[in-house]
Amino acid sequence: MITKRIIPCLDVRDGRVVKGVNFEGIKDVASPVDMAKFYNESGADELVFYDITASHEGRRLFTDILRQAASEVFIPLTVGGGINTLDDFDRVLKCGADKVSVNSGAIKNPELIGKAAKKYGDQCVVLSMDVKRVDGQFRVFQNGGRIDTGIDALEWAVYGQKNGAGELVVNSIDTDGLKNGFDLEMLKAISDLVTIPVIASGGAGKKEDFLDLFNAGVADAGLAASIFHFKQVNIKELKLYLRENNIEMRI
Amino acid sequence: MIAIIDYGCGNLFSLSRSLQFLGIESKITGDAAEISDADKIILPGVGAFGDAAEKLNSTGHADLLKKLAKEGRYILGICLGMQLLFEKSYEYGEHSGLGLLEGGVYPLDADISGLKVPHMGWNKLDIVRDDPIFANTGKDDYFYFVHSFYAKNCDSCLLATAEYGVDVPAVAGRDNVYGTQFHPEKSGEKGLALLKTFAEL
Repeated sequence: MITKRIIPCLDVRDGRVVKGVNFEGIKDVASPVDMAKFYNESGADELVFYDITASHEGRRLFTDILRQAASEVFIPLTVGGGINTLDDFDRVLKCGADKVSVNSGAIKNPELIGKAAKKYGDQCVVLSMDVKRVDGQFRVFQNGGRIDTGIDALEWAVYGQKNGAGELVVNSIDTDGLKNGFDLEMLKAISDLVTIPVIASGGAGKKEDFLDLFNAGVADAGLAASIFHFKQVNIKELKLYLRENNIEMRI
Repeated sequence: MIAIIDYGCGNLFSLSRSLQFLGIESKITGDAAEISDADKIILPGVGAFGDAAEKLNSTGHADLLKKLAKEGRYILGICLGMQLLFEKSYEYGEHSGLGLLEGGVYPLDADISGLKVPHMGWNKLDIVRDDPIFANTGKDDYFYFVHSFYAKNCDSCLLATAEYGVDVPAVAGRDNVYGTQFHPEKSGEKGLALLKTFAEL
């Protein structure tokens, strides 16, 4: 049976890995290629490279960094940030990406999901959404959590799946950076409505948070950044811990 | 030299880079002379079976592969490339494959319930028949799968399976022709070890 997955996310700006707390107060961490190698050796199941400023400032991803990472790390790579067109898909896939994550680009142009799925296959299209509670509703936010789109996150998740998204990344703005655990309530609401894999993001602070996530049965993978970057959680130890607690893990 | 067949199906970047990383000489090529000169051949593939089979036929690669396989040339099909080695596929219609391995390719969702399709993620192998291709592979090694169709009726060439509601053929092989349903070029160290083993057969 397939394993649950542990996915470090490398937020990249100006060719460096950064991580914000609630998307602000960004601290430089290290080189993306070195980080990718480090995580690969620690047993990461997949890596996400995310250009956090791309959607805001219209910046293009640094494809040479991706190409370098993909030449030295042979596990699935997902790339996101600034993906607005099929040409953007093409550009990152040619540099070694296996999946492409769309966020703001799909909000601006929802047809992008279907068009990309048709051209590259469902497995290639990841719909990533930043979600926050507003007036008792799960609402999709845009541009790194700065703009309330007014879109209902549950409807958006269902739309994404129906139109060919192969996976969903659900990033809870409410729990992001707090290191107090994943947003199980939000994840359950969304994963109850879709059959595609859900990747949980936002809120992991310790290894128990991942166990709670998988035991709750609300996600297929757990994604985190700063706790891995700052070595608060070691991926190898995390995976051994989860396996000891009967979660299937690739060790 | 290993020829990676370029017939317009799939992303060859990682495969080519993984061989380069291993220090194995390879070339992405669609040229019949270059393919014929290669020590070994890798048939990659992502996408729909029907399209891919048609492209292999129209480029002449299908006939060339059958001829080279008969002469004993080592061939490794990866993912859709593995599926193309079988006789037939029932992916949206009925299509003929290369017929280098006995068996057919069928939709996974018809045979499993309560599990997501595609079968995507890291899964473990059950080796059902020992083979030199497993020289560096153990029973607790995980490999990365992404597929919605799978091989059936392929007992004569079945080497390893992965459990996903059914026993999904994960490695098939007969004499000099091998196929992996998973992507060794995306399966970390264990995947690289298997590619290296193939290169050294």
